[in-house]
Amino acid sequence: MAAIMYWEALQRAQDEEMARDPLVIVMGEDVGVAGGTYKATKGLYDKYGAERVIDTPISENGFTGLAIGASFIGVRPVIEIMSVNFAWLAMDQIFNSAAKVRYMSGGQLTAPVVIRSPGGTAHQLGAQHSARMEKVFMGIAGLRVVTPSTPKQAYGMLKAAIRCNDPVFINEHELMYNMKGEVPDGDYFHPLEGSEVARPGRDVTLFGYNISVHWCLEAAEFLATHHGIDCEVVDLFTLSPLDRAGIKASVSKTHRAVIAEEAEAPVGVGSEVIAIINEECFFELDAAPLRVSARNVPIPYNHKLEKAAIPSAKDIVHAVLKMFGK
Amino acid sequence: MTPADKKRVLREMLFARRFEERCYEAYVERKIGGFLHLYPGQEACAQGVMEAARPGHDYVITGYRDHIHAIKCGADPKAVMAELYGKETGSSKGRGGSMHIFDVEHHFMGGYALVGGPFPLAAGIAKALKMKGSDAISICFLGDAANNQGTFHESLNMAKVWNLPVLYVCENNLYGIGTRIDRSTAVVDQYKRVSGYDIPAVQVDGQDVEVVYQAAKIAVDHVRSGKGPYFLELMTYRYRGHSMSDSNAYRAKDEERMWSKRDPIIMLRDRLVEAGEISLDDYKAMDAGILHQIEGEIIKFAEESPEPSVNELEKYVLADNDPYVRGGAR
Ligand SMILES: Cc1ncc(C[n+]2csc(CCOP(=O)(O)OP(=O)(O)O)c2C)c(N)n1
Ligand SMILES: [Mg+2]
Repeated sequence: MAAIMYWEALQRAQDEEMARDPLVIVMGEDVGVAGGTYKATKGLYDKYGAERVIDTPISENGFTGLAIGASFIGVRPVIEIMSVNFAWLAMDQIFNSAAKVRYMSGGQLTAPVVIRSPGGTAHQLGAQHSARMEKVFMGIAGLRVVTPSTPKQAYGMLKAAIRCNDPVFINEHELMYNMKGEVPDGDYFHPLEGSEVARPGRDVTLFGYNISVHWCLEAAEFLATHHGIDCEVVDLFTLSPLDRAGIKASVSKTHRAVIAEEAEAPVGVGSEVIAIINEECFFELDAAPLRVSARNVPIPYNHKLEKAAIPSAKDIVHAVLKMFGK
Repeated sequence: MTPADKKRVLREMLFARRFEERCYEAYVERKIGGFLHLYPGQEACAQGVMEAARPGHDYVITGYRDHIHAIKCGADPKAVMAELYGKETGSSKGRGGSMHIFDVEHHFMGGYALVGGPFPLAAGIAKALKMKGSDAISICFLGDAANNQGTFHESLNMAKVWNLPVLYVCENNLYGIGTRIDRSTAVVDQYKRVSGYDIPAVQVDGQDVEVVYQAAKIAVDHVRSGKGPYFLELMTYRYRGHSMSDSNAYRAKDEERMWSKRDPIIMLRDRLVEAGEISLDDYKAMDAGILHQIEGEIIKFAEESPEPSVNELEKYVLADNDPYVRGGAR
């Protein structure tokens, strides 16, 4: 086990899979010669050449569609979309082609593409570069959506996604590429379904995914030290399909739930988790579940407004204290 | 252009250069955040076209490299700088930032961050101008790499079919971030791509502001006279990286050196000096005056302006008190 950065984990996964299978390709804007905006494809162009590490024109719907077409007959594309804000442009091909082709062909065709893209609010990138789109992707039948919270998950999920026969969207975060963590040395495949208890606890479950897992862990630490509240943190690394059993198991144990998401609350992960709690374990609850989420605004440029718009560990602490009447 | 015009143009281009260089410093000082795309090297493009157009009357739209286009339309440089500082006095009240300068009063319809997004918006503005019988035209400034979006082709087609008063200006600086044009684009000369739409399209030197002005005059006259869309390609070069987070490592030093010899400001300056219109001392004094204005007025204004109030985070998301939200006017 070595500690490497999140971007290095992604790079290693792609490098290994490309070395193994000559039909694995990588495409996107500036992924080749420039090595990727967040370095996730660093060195691959020199190693595998322009036929397999493809710098695309700025034609998101076009190159995503092209990759999907190639995947119909055996190519395994890993598409990098520089920012999820640009994935909107590729939505037609993702939604209408990749996610539906297996079903509408009665199982004859499949689109085993991997689409990786960072979402989320970084530092003052403004309204058109700060959106999160997981709520959109997770509502599409026929598409798998995962969102790694650690380098280990990033590595193992990307490897699994490349080999998986379904289209997989991997939701990354601009602020997490330099995060360090242990990654197994040999081949490691992380499940593309399920959830993980990132911190066991008894009193309340904090559900997070991707960056918000880290806010939850920070809040849990604080609540344990200062308020004697023992939080369980559940990492929802799969957003579609959401892990019903995992959600039920944790809430049945703690009887309380707070869901933390960076996105705005409407039609989000929080709404879905609460719906699942209602369906699976409503009578186990000791308190109404709470959502911690962004304010329902386009993300502002000004740093104070930006900070006010998105949630933090502090907001999770407040929600838990409120739930406990403190 | 008269000699007096040329002197003003020189000053305005030098101002644009110094303004952007000051933004660079402010970014390094962390006064400006987010993505910052600067204009040095390309000054003659916006300048030459807007000399031929009617700033403040014609409608202009562009991408994220938008400070100078806004200023050329008549936006107050103080408000632009305040926007970069995220202040309430900024042109978008601190909500937009560098990539989203707006000044609707001066018909600057904004900077947009999604590559290719403005193409159809510009055609739509042209459609509205036509419906209203206005003599204003719509002008869209975008880069070379943006032409690989479907919106480019879709917009050209619609503009031609519906005979819309829109001028598409392509500032071809040969790169889309780190990718050189010939690696992403089948036809390097962008004007050739327009031939399929039966729209007049020309390519000229974007470093010589007089050449840009002459070409733009023909283009603007064409569009304003009701003959439909026009495409103007300006060959140019950006001196800095794509944005502040771009190392610029992908460009050959020779190439950079070659372009720096064709600096739009220096070329015009030397021409004016040779013609005896100005002296080098005049130029230096002009530069000193600009630096003084930037420091003493513009930066000062941005520094001293208040930030937006967090209580107003939700302002501008939707219209205030729109009567139809409640079923109509009472
Ligand atoms: C839809 C979309 N895709 C990708 C990007 C990332 N991006 C920003 S600018 C740019 C290059 C654009 O190049 P060009 O159109 O030539 O304009 P220039 O920056 O050279 O002026 C890219 C790829 C984006 N902002 N929007
Ligand atoms: Mg360009």
